[in-house]
Amino acid sequence: MGWQEEIKQGLKSASPIVLGYLPLGFVYGVLAREAGLDLLTTVLMSVLVYAGSAQFIAVSLLASGAAALSIIFTTFLVNLRHLLMSASLVPYLRRYHPSFLALLSAEITDETFAMAMAHYADHEPSLFYHFTLHLTSHFSWVLASFLGGLTGNLLGDPSRLGFNFALPAMFIILLILQLKNRKTLLVAGIAGALSVGIALLWPGNWNIILAACLAATIGVAVEPWIDRSC
Amino acid sequence: MDRQILLVILGMALVTYLPRMLPLVILSRTQLPNIFLRWLSYIPAAVLAALLAPALFLPEGRFALVGNPYLLAAIPTSLIAIRTRSIALTILCGMAAMVLLNYI
Repeated sequence: MGWQEEIKQGLKSASPIVLGYLPLGFVYGVLAREAGLDLLTTVLMSVLVYAGSAQFIAVSLLASGAAALSIIFTTFLVNLRHLLMSASLVPYLRRYHPSFLALLSAEITDETFAMAMAHYADHEPSLFYHFTLHLTSHFSWVLASFLGGLTGNLLGDPSRLGFNFALPAMFIILLILQLKNRKTLLVAGIAGALSVGIALLWPGNWNIILAACLAATIGVAVEPWIDRSC
Repeated sequence: MDRQILLVILGMALVTYLPRMLPLVILSRTQLPNIFLRWLSYIPAAVLAALLAPALFLPEGRFALVGNPYLLAAIPTSLIAIRTRSIALTILCGMAAMVLLNYI
């Protein structure tokens, strides 16, 4: 297959992702402006971090005045899952030079990963394909953040339009998409309860990291019992 | 631009880039330990639940079960989320529920 065809396929794979990123990036832009970020910072985060849930989380933590280190640690935890995706791409991409892979991997997201894996099920791996997919998706995210950021401060009081519930609603759907079996449901329940408990005892937003790490550890520890009872 | 926020963004960018890049570039011939992979598979759900629960139960920093619009709005929002599994629809429904609750 020629490189023109591979680029065309990259664009084709990116199109459903772009449709998803445009409204989401727009909402991020609006919320970032309401959290007090200026337009440049709002867009810069989408260029440099480029991770949907982490950006929403960071914005809500910035708005609540959390410590910088706790925001960075939370981002780290949320984005650790990319380790799995990056590792899963190794069998397809190991023949390419590491410097290309170092560039390509900067734009791995849940969506581009899922799309590329589906594509590679019946296509040869291709850097033209993969870079097109990544750059197109990232560009749409940055563009949407910019447009949301421009609109953000024109909307007036955020709670009038229900924007004060946009982040909780976002967390609800992301969580529901993550609940794959009884084990994740149990871990999520423990994490939620611990998080509320720790937040009441201990100010400073460390409840998220502590509760998530503890709950995941409990999940690994009780796995054998749950598997047996199924 | 606020320096503090710039530092937060640079820190976030670094800790996001490393887990994306390292396995593909370096670990290509070794395997991550299985128990760590299993721990990792719980992290997204755990972090989201840890974020969501205080947003719903501690809206003003205090525990509130009754007369709490966040908790009430979460009910239709969750139903839509389960039914449609659509991020955009769920957010729109959540915001609409919140607006309605403010009028009641």
